[in-house]
Amino acid sequence: MANVSMTNNLPMETESILRFPTFSLAGQAGTSFKPEHLAAISAVSGPQGFFEVHAENYMGAGGPPHRALERVRRDHPISLHGVCMSLGGPQPLDKDHLKRFKTLVDHYEPALVSEHLAWSTHVDTYLNDLLPLPYTATTLAHVCDHVDQMQNAIGRPILLENPSTYVLFAESSMSETDFIREISRRTGCGLLLDINNVFVSATNHGFSALEYLRDFPLSGVGEIHLAGHAEQEDDEGELLLIDSHDGPVADAVWQLYEIVVARCGPIPTLIEWDSKIPDWPVLRAEALAAQAILDRHASDRETFHALG
Amino acid sequence: MPSADILPMRRSAPDFAGQFSAALLTPDAPAPDLVTGPRGKRAEKRYNVYRNNVTVSLIAALSSIFPAVERITGADFFRAMARFHVRETPPSSPLLFEYGRDFPDFIDRYEYAQDMPWLSDVARIERAWLDAYHAADAPALKPEALAAIPPEDLGAVTFQPHPSTRLIASAYPAVTIFAMNRGDGPVGRVENRPEEGLITRIDDEVTVRHLPPGGAAFLGALLSGECLAAAVAAGLEAEPAFDLSGMIGEMIAAHAFSTIRAFSHVEMEIFNVEHA
Repeated sequence: MANVSMTNNLPMETESILRFPTFSLAGQAGTSFKPEHLAAISAVSGPQGFFEVHAENYMGAGGPPHRALERVRRDHPISLHGVCMSLGGPQPLDKDHLKRFKTLVDHYEPALVSEHLAWSTHVDTYLNDLLPLPYTATTLAHVCDHVDQMQNAIGRPILLENPSTYVLFAESSMSETDFIREISRRTGCGLLLDINNVFVSATNHGFSALEYLRDFPLSGVGEIHLAGHAEQEDDEGELLLIDSHDGPVADAVWQLYEIVVARCGPIPTLIEWDSKIPDWPVLRAEALAAQAILDRHASDRETFHALG
Repeated sequence: MPSADILPMRRSAPDFAGQFSAALLTPDAPAPDLVTGPRGKRAEKRYNVYRNNVTVSLIAALSSIFPAVERITGADFFRAMARFHVRETPPSSPLLFEYGRDFPDFIDRYEYAQDMPWLSDVARIERAWLDAYHAADAPALKPEALAAIPPEDLGAVTFQPHPSTRLIASAYPAVTIFAMNRGDGPVGRVENRPEEGLITRIDDEVTVRHLPPGGAAFLGALLSGECLAAAVAAGLEAEPAFDLSGMIGEMIAAHAFSTIRAFSHVEMEIFNVEHA
């Protein structure tokens, strides 16, 4: 009796599963998606790499943002990049935010999902910045719990991004690379290696970016970020780099990128550009410069791991 | 085993976030003791990068939500006003498009905005504009849906609002001032009179309409779930010359409602408009 009535609703299910095509972004370079570029992107025939969006911008109930993202998603793989889950904070994650994130993942079926090793909410105040944390056994346990919780909520592994920082914590007892390696080992998460962040932090804290990359668990990297930075001065008048995402990728960052790609193979790479946004051809040209490097190393696959 | 109350506090207690965030929205506070530069270098300027990011990005968020208010006040006035508000009422949600709900009331209290008593209503329209922009998608009521109802049942009809629909009543010409300042077109003198506005989203375009007299009373009744007859009475009470057919045409053109529900003595029908 039950068998007869159960088959009636199946077509609805099938429809929702097949809503967007599946695209691979293996070996591809992509760009941040900015709605002001939609017309220019649509005017070019053929795919334009992959696009990454800040998840929170698409957490409204409906309206134009969803029309724009659906349009992009029809023809391209997307990467869903969370900026305010506050994984690095001591307090429990926001359950409503986890639910919203899962809804987005279910709807848009992104090729990649990522979040930051940082925090942005304290008690009930949202501070709208990626804030740093000390690296200790206690904070490690919190971050691992949070990564587990997020991965369970959305039903798939995330990529965790290394931060750019301006201060250090006297109480830190682990290096950033050891901290990140341990999170990845305990939670099974992949990593998003932001090479501009490595360069910014290395400059700001006086360590070698190359040594950092040598210590970094590169085999877990499923995506690379490249971006521009700005220059300021610290308290002693020395150079302090700001992770501003407002210009082209610096030459030194391109060089580090080439070293990483030569070692790891063609890992999907994103050009982030979030303010003073240029016309689409300028942004696309940065992605094509990354694509040229990826293509040069397309056959270097000995340590390349396809995550997810 | 020592009891819990004599255990020393761990230096890496989970309160780093409390100490770090305490000074973020307080401009004169020193950088927290727990942060440093490399090799023990001072970190005031370094910490200020975070302080600056927080304040400037939240002011920018308000500026993008309230562009007409900013155009009216000028950028410097706006930034100063927004900075006070950001420090007094930082966001409580990570969704920045939800921010600024308390900003209109803050403008009402803001000392330097007292000679612009209409400014907060312009802000209320802009806040409603963004709500309409992000509101859930839903079909819009088609004119045929109303025409299909027998005349004797019309008075009992109720309307389901479109999720984007908002109503603003101002004691000032806030709708005209909003429309004049939302873009970069010319501004001119505005006749001082009360205005009522209807904010809706037509397909993907948010629109703000200036309602005729009685329109807000009529639509307000419908939005709160009252039947058409009660809404007409409210409209006529507000304005004896209330133009019902004009208003119905306007609200359908504005996509203010999604569905109607007609009660007849034999059955209840829901007229879903998408396939009407």
